[in-house]
Amino acid sequence: MLDMTPANSVERTALKINPAKTCQPVGAMYAALGVHGCLPHSHGSQGCCAYHRSHLTRHFKEPIMASTSSFTEGSSVFGGMANLQQAISTIFEMYDPEIIAVHTTCLSETIGDDIPTIIGKCQNEGKIPEGKVIVHANTPSYVGFHVTGYSNMVKGFVKYLAASTGRRSDAINLIPGWVEPSDMAELKRYIAAFNLPAIMLPDTSSVLDAPATGEHSFYPKGGTTVAQIRAMGDARHTLALGAWASEEAAIQLTKQCEVPHEVLDLPIGLAATDRFISAIAKLTGTAVPQLLEDERGRLVDVISDMHQYLGGKKVAIWGDPDQVIALTEFCRDMDMKPVHVMTGGNGQAFEERIKAILADSVPTANIKQQGDLFQMHQWIKQEKVDLMIGTTYGKFISRAEDIPLVRFGWPILDRVGHSYFPSVGYTGGLRLATQIISAIQERQDRDAPDHAFELVM
Amino acid sequence: MLDARKSQVITAGDARAIVCDRPSVAGSVTQRACTFCGSRVVLYPIGDALHLVHGPVGCAAYTWDIRGALSSGMQLHRNSFNTDIRENEVIFGGEKKLARALRELIPIHKPKAAFVYATCLTGVIGDDVEAVCRGATAEFGIPVIPVQSEGFRGTKKHGYSAACAALAQLIDSGDTTGIGPFSVNILGDFNIAGEIWTIKSYLQRMGLEVVASMTGDGRVDDIRRAHGAKLNIVQCAGSMTSLAKMMQEKYGIPYVQVSFFGLEDCASALYEVAKHFADLAMLERTRALVREETAAVLPEMARLRKDLEGKVAALYVGGAFKAFSLVKALRQLGMRVAMAGTQTGAQQDYEHLKELCDADTILADDSNPLEMAAWLAARDVDLFIGGVKERPVAYKLGIGFCDHNHERKIGLAGFVGMAAFAREVHATVTSPIWKLVPRRQRPGCSNTEGTP
Repeated sequence: MLDMTPANSVERTALKINPAKTCQPVGAMYAALGVHGCLPHSHGSQGCCAYHRSHLTRHFKEPIMASTSSFTEGSSVFGGMANLQQAISTIFEMYDPEIIAVHTTCLSETIGDDIPTIIGKCQNEGKIPEGKVIVHANTPSYVGFHVTGYSNMVKGFVKYLAASTGRRSDAINLIPGWVEPSDMAELKRYIAAFNLPAIMLPDTSSVLDAPATGEHSFYPKGGTTVAQIRAMGDARHTLALGAWASEEAAIQLTKQCEVPHEVLDLPIGLAATDRFISAIAKLTGTAVPQLLEDERGRLVDVISDMHQYLGGKKVAIWGDPDQVIALTEFCRDMDMKPVHVMTGGNGQAFEERIKAILADSVPTANIKQQGDLFQMHQWIKQEKVDLMIGTTYGKFISRAEDIPLVRFGWPILDRVGHSYFPSVGYTGGLRLATQIISAIQERQDRDAPDHAFELVM
Repeated sequence: MLDARKSQVITAGDARAIVCDRPSVAGSVTQRACTFCGSRVVLYPIGDALHLVHGPVGCAAYTWDIRGALSSGMQLHRNSFNTDIRENEVIFGGEKKLARALRELIPIHKPKAAFVYATCLTGVIGDDVEAVCRGATAEFGIPVIPVQSEGFRGTKKHGYSAACAALAQLIDSGDTTGIGPFSVNILGDFNIAGEIWTIKSYLQRMGLEVVASMTGDGRVDDIRRAHGAKLNIVQCAGSMTSLAKMMQEKYGIPYVQVSFFGLEDCASALYEVAKHFADLAMLERTRALVREETAAVLPEMARLRKDLEGKVAALYVGGAFKAFSLVKALRQLGMRVAMAGTQTGAQQDYEHLKELCDADTILADDSNPLEMAAWLAARDVDLFIGGVKERPVAYKLGIGFCDHNHERKIGLAGFVGMAAFAREVHATVTSPIWKLVPRRQRPGCSNTEGTP
């Protein structure tokens, strides 16, 4: 029924069909939710804010609080300054946040609203209560994609707040990338295992996986505090996970506060987690805690136990660049064959990285940045795969082509678990590996003729 | 609460009128959306049309298959087509890209018509979407219709009008030969979870021919001959009344405003339609239908009502017509309504709500989660009815929830729909999980029944 994709590739120059990305502001909203007591503010039409809140709600099954400048026809002609000024007063009076994180939209960008000037004006007019802060990021929807918005917002927090007092602390900064609340909690656990003091920005754990308490908490207890962000300027080092999501903020910290930085892949899978762990070990000068060695051992153990089911399995992977790079490497290391690898985001570096990862094992893989799911569907029609790994949007292809789908990335609109169980680190790798193995085994069971249907696998 | 908001909240017993129909205060966490959203939801269910979003990727991504508007045939509407406007077009204009996009799409998918949605961005850069659509209409021989849905034009309401204007361009372009005297169009039902199929089956049993359904399970060719029908049945009045008015003026087709939600409203909707045709046999068939369908669901409803009697509900919906039906339907289940709010209700709608509700029922226009959460807790509500953004707020508070918006998975229209609604309400209100949430475990909480 939904199989309307022709197998033959058609030349497209002006079109995205079934996108594998969305626009910047939603990323800015997600990042801002990871700051304690922060109200994300969308400077544009009401719809933007409503859509971003709805979409994040569908993924996290959590209330998402954000305000909007509620542009009208008049604002689109005369500019949105009055709207933002009114908004700032309304927000502090009504919602009393510690900090407002303003992000722009395509409309306010095109009109050319100058946010710092408007914030400055509010400051001068005394509209910002004592001790409260406003930061902003430019997030035009027609540039980059949702991860760009995340990156810009994290950079915005740093730019406005991080300051060096001249005294270096023992702490490091950790920019976690666009990962789940569960992943952020897991990253903190890893750092803590080394007894390394760290500030993580943003931190959506205990915000977007908040427990049911019988109350609606407008600002849940989690999130990086403003004081912590300020202190990032004194850290001795920054680890940025995922170049697309985190590098910009790390560079800003170097420029602004001379904090040296290092960019790593997201620690998804065995090899990328190894690199992350050894980076921390290098910083602390200590050995890797036995706890983590054991977790690594378990992951290796499970992959060894099950490698006969994984070997040679063709897989299609799509999602955000940082995620897809790490995941492709992980699949390769489990002897799978990623034959179609795509991101909706932009960056030539993506294609180069994937090419390098697959140079020996799948030199003929289809690799594309700025792709869409129509393209992915065509690839899959041209060369069938055993497994698809990607967002919920893959379910149409999965059904049309009868291929199992392991849901991974953002957004996942039709399953739960991702925000509670990590996929970073060794334990996260274990979860991913078991999801992949189970999907393959379920399929084998379903398709096996009676005589080959096995009790023990 | 902001002073500016105080006039937008009253109780049903208040002498003063509510203030509504005005833009949200900038800075509020409004649950409202934009013009584009309104147009997109109204036109989206037409399954054999191409829906091309001319704008940045977000507008297309967030509206990709989010509405469970079922189609009995072609499902082109469930794909997301987008010109993905980038910086280059912001500077040099997006018209050429739009024309190319239509050229790349129409020959492959062969739609019966195409709708091109303007967005904030293409509006503000000044693309002449109309001109491009005219060119494409000439080139491909199908109607390519611009939808003036720039987000900043206003709320969803403005988007409904833009969608109606787009539909008006299709109507009166098809052959009406063979349309009989007992013929209707259905306006303002979107076939969420198959609801229009239920309604159509009732109308057919009454002896009526449904010419076009707008837009649930809608087909371009049917809409083109909609002007041949003898009556327009308008559900969801907020979205489609403007089209019905236009059709009355232009083609002399009268319309009735009805709701198919709830036994009471559904029965009176069918009678009103039958009365319009003043045909005794049809009236008799309608009576039989109502009798039969009501009898089929009453025993189950009576059984469910036993558990729901005296429970308290709150609702926050898009349009007021749905609120009317819900208040009545909840009463039929023995429940009281503590709060009723809408995103886009008008003055007379709230006056009608006042008549329907209890004196202490809170009526709120353009509410926000902070207010609503406070009311839900204060009135110790057992059930919240709303949409995607309201659902998790209810659950956090430990309150049952029923989606009466795009994301409902079970048809709630018609007599069978009322039974489904009762089952859904019953299931969520009596879920054992609420006995385990902290709110219900606190000493002194008014509703501690079943606390372990």
